[in-house]
Amino acid sequence: MKYTEEHEWLRPEDDLIVVGITEHATTQLGDIVFVELPEVGATVTKDDEIVVIESVKAASDILAPLDGEIVEVNTALADNPALANEDAIGDGWFFKIKPSDPSQMDDYMDEAAYNAMIA
Amino acid sequence: MSDLHQTPLHALHLSLGAKMVPFAGYDMPVQYPMGVLQEHLHTRAKAGLFDVSHMGQVRVTGADYTSAAAALERLIPVDILDLAENRQRYGFFTNAAGGIRDDLMLANRGDHVFIVVNAACKADDIAYMQAELTGVSVTEITDRALLALQGPAAEAVLRTLDPRAADMRFMDVATLTLAGAECWVSRSGYTGEDGYEISVPADQAVALAEALLAHDDVAPIGLGARDSLRLEAGLCLYGHDIDAGTNPAEASLGWAIQKVRRAGGARAGGFVGAEVILPALSEGAARKRVGLLPQGRAPMREGVPLFASEDAATPVGTITSGGFGPTVGAPVAMGYLPTDLFATGTTVWGELRGKRLPLTVAAMPFTPANFKR
Repeated sequence: MKYTEEHEWLRPEDDLIVVGITEHATTQLGDIVFVELPEVGATVTKDDEIVVIESVKAASDILAPLDGEIVEVNTALADNPALANEDAIGDGWFFKIKPSDPSQMDDYMDEAAYNAMIA
Repeated sequence: MSDLHQTPLHALHLSLGAKMVPFAGYDMPVQYPMGVLQEHLHTRAKAGLFDVSHMGQVRVTGADYTSAAAALERLIPVDILDLAENRQRYGFFTNAAGGIRDDLMLANRGDHVFIVVNAACKADDIAYMQAELTGVSVTEITDRALLALQGPAAEAVLRTLDPRAADMRFMDVATLTLAGAECWVSRSGYTGEDGYEISVPADQAVALAEALLAHDDVAPIGLGARDSLRLEAGLCLYGHDIDAGTNPAEASLGWAIQKVRRAGGARAGGFVGAEVILPALSEGAARKRVGLLPQGRAPMREGVPLFASEDAATPVGTITSGGFGPTVGAPVAMGYLPTDLFATGTTVWGELRGKRLPLTVAAMPFTPANFKR
């Protein structure tokens, strides 16, 4: 599992990367009431704004952490945005991306480095 | 941070784990560990305790109540003279263009008028009254905190401290003894729920707050939920839904101007901006504040432009408040629309992140009001 400075987690699953946001992020955002996910099949470039999250307080964007193709999105999350608060690193995942350059994963923090960043 | 004011409850907020934010020059709790959503739902189900000590408490005293009321009626277009003793009503200061300088609550306290104004406007409001009113004294009360206890359990909780709380009706005002403190209490609030607003001596405010929080049904509630509660209740937030550029007819606040102050009334006009406001009330305004329900799940917040159709080039209005309504379970908003679009049921379009999304014009409040009439 890797982490971005934008509080995304990236979990390899076969040749895909599952992406969500960390519990630290969902705690900071507060209760999440709306999530707009990218379209399956979309080709995205690292740092594209591809997800919109609305909490009771404000809207925020989630950036594509990698270049690649969106191959699956969590429709359960769109129906029940509270999943992101309840199970940030499990059922609250956002999308699965097939990276075009898996080496981009090397740019990101491991868990110890992420925990140090948010400490 | 150091230049922010603190209310008498500041240390209590910190000890309760509040997340503090700057608001109108004060360091205020935006939420507690319960979170905005649960705080909102708790207030509608049980009772919430709010610190609203940042708001301005003002005493206007003349030779008697009538002279103070008559003076204020020149600045405030509501019926103050006929307000019964120990009754409160909503009002606002107007400007020469017919706009709203600030909205407020005022009460007949027998020998004076007690006014509560918005925190962000209070210095201006007080200076304005002192400059404009002659023969009365305008005094800001700085040695009192202001708490609001809101929700269906508010009466059951407050009567344990003073049983007279239960005898009050909506908009009644009384002096009660709560946790040993002499409190000026009104049965009112800004959440759409039954409840009380309590002016308490600053040095006794923490003890009172702790006595209220000792009840299982009472939780501390921050500004985040205060905003979503008032939005669902269809109540205006000054500086957002109403301001110096909106007149009361446009703001759908004509109900607050009693007949006696309107054209044909015994004390018609005689207030700042009357020549704009009275015709607007009788002829109708060209735009009006309305409730809006986004048809999808995406919240539409303040500033979202509104269009008459999915492809219209020019916006016809703007959302002035919006967000997720936890009790409604869906996004809610309010904003201004022109005459031909403000009928309930009309579909308009908001532009969000480059996309046009439909909203339905809806009656407010979005949740039924729960006042003790």
